[in-house]
Amino acid sequence: MKTPPGPGRPAGQKSIGRSLIRALPVSPAVVLLLLFLAGPIGYCVYIAFTDLQLTGQAESSFVGFENFTDAFADDNFINAVWLTIVFTVVSALIGQNTLGLGLALLMQKASKPVRTITGAVVISAWVLPEVVAGFLLYAFFRKEGTLNAILDFLHLPTQNWLYTLPILAVSFANVWRGTAFSMLVYSAALNEIPAEITEAAQVDGAGGWRRLWHITLPMIRRSIGTNLMLITLQTLSVFGLIWVMTRGGPGNKSQTLPIFMYEQAIQNSMIGYGTAVALLLLVFGSLFSLVYMRLLREEV
Amino acid sequence: MSARTRRRLAADAGLLVVIVAFVLPLAWVVLSSIDPEADLKVKAPDGFTFDNYSEVLTPDITFTPLLNSLILCGGATLLTVVCSALAAYPLSRYKSRLSRPFMLTILFSSCLPITAIMVPVYALYVQVNLIDTMGGTIFFFAVSQMPFGIWLMKNFMDGVPKSLEEAAWTDGASPMQSLIRIVLPLMGPGIAVVTVFSFVMMWGNFFVPFMLLLSPEMMPASVAINDFFGNKGTVVYGQLAAFSMLYSTPAVLLYVLVARKLGGGFALGGAVKG
Repeated sequence: MKTPPGPGRPAGQKSIGRSLIRALPVSPAVVLLLLFLAGPIGYCVYIAFTDLQLTGQAESSFVGFENFTDAFADDNFINAVWLTIVFTVVSALIGQNTLGLGLALLMQKASKPVRTITGAVVISAWVLPEVVAGFLLYAFFRKEGTLNAILDFLHLPTQNWLYTLPILAVSFANVWRGTAFSMLVYSAALNEIPAEITEAAQVDGAGGWRRLWHITLPMIRRSIGTNLMLITLQTLSVFGLIWVMTRGGPGNKSQTLPIFMYEQAIQNSMIGYGTAVALLLLVFGSLFSLVYMRLLREEV
Repeated sequence: MSARTRRRLAADAGLLVVIVAFVLPLAWVVLSSIDPEADLKVKAPDGFTFDNYSEVLTPDITFTPLLNSLILCGGATLLTVVCSALAAYPLSRYKSRLSRPFMLTILFSSCLPITAIMVPVYALYVQVNLIDTMGGTIFFFAVSQMPFGIWLMKNFMDGVPKSLEEAAWTDGASPMQSLIRIVLPLMGPGIAVVTVFSFVMMWGNFFVPFMLLLSPEMMPASVAINDFFGNKGTVVYGQLAAFSMLYSTPAVLLYVLVARKLGGGFALGGAVKG
């Protein structure tokens, strides 16, 4: 599959040889991708069905679907699935997506300096390394942190956010860090809507919300689909941000699937079990990727 | 006041609220890094000092981790860019019934959550003795960005007209010569985007080195910062902020440099629209 024969395949030896030479530059990438990406994925499928443990145990044996049945009987796993869903829905589908769209819409109308500052600030949060973002939001949500200082100033009740509502705190952290992506996608999409269309609707007397619902949103629906898929995939793989802020705690109250997978595989040395969880995450991610590719189908 | 001005003011006001919310955590790190008595909230510094910076500017805390980051991310970025450019050339230049399935596979792999395969990669690296090696980590880093690199590079290369090369071919240049002498120089912005994007993604990545490296002396900044500040009983927040500033600056600068040259949202132009 990786060595494309020329357009006229049956043309004989000479053309096959030529095609091979032409395809030669693809080979370093293909070899690396097979060794370091396809290899681990294949290995993942294999060890998910074994009881492999961390070094020291000489042999692992095939256990069939045991890891998976164990997982679905494991309260901690079910907890992690729920928290992952909450984290993805709250931070990506609702938070980043809506805020990103809102910012892009407002930026269209706002004055230039405000628009520039918004872009700079929101994108800075996005460009910062994951761990640094984690520390900043940790400081923000801590008992002695900025959020409580503000609430206190406003005479509102304060609480220890990282203990009482850890999953909400990390979700907000992910909104803070990831909104720039949606904002950029939607800004690009909105810029492509021809001005005549919105003007025509305005002349017809359509108000702001109706224009948004009936004209703007339908016109950028492809971007909405693309954006939802991509931010879901990005959010499913968030590890460092949560690890730095809460380590999945207190207890397992912010333990999403990547954190659960890490704890089972490395800290509890159950590589087989952790990999089974990883495989579920991978399959779930692949399904999202496939939907995304269908959305893009015409463009490839 | 016209309706238009009113709308603009309303939009400005809405954005200002969001700006304040986004700026608070950023302000904390900047202000705390020069504050002799920094704590966890945003406040005007109690004086001005560079002590936090001079405290962390030691080989152990800053220089070695940053150098490790540079070796890891630089090496992996180089590998990604070279392999992507080579792979993109036949995909962009020759018609083949296999290029479409190949590109679809590439697009698919660029979407996979890399986090999910870190446990099997770890297990595999233990088996083949690549665990805790710079080389092994560089290869995995490179591969994690390569699908997206190939995707971007191919799209940028499609933008270089084929006619420019045909002249060189008639003069007897080989495809490799025309790639290096003609195509690549014409797609400077594209190469810059792939390079900076890969580098910044790796520079900020925590999970890959966290899983694949074990020795403290090999740790890049992303893991070192967590170990150093996360495992100590009393955290000196001013130093944590100073180190965060030092560690973040290269990523931010690179982004600004490229975004300036190519206009905002540069990476998405090629990425999302295909």
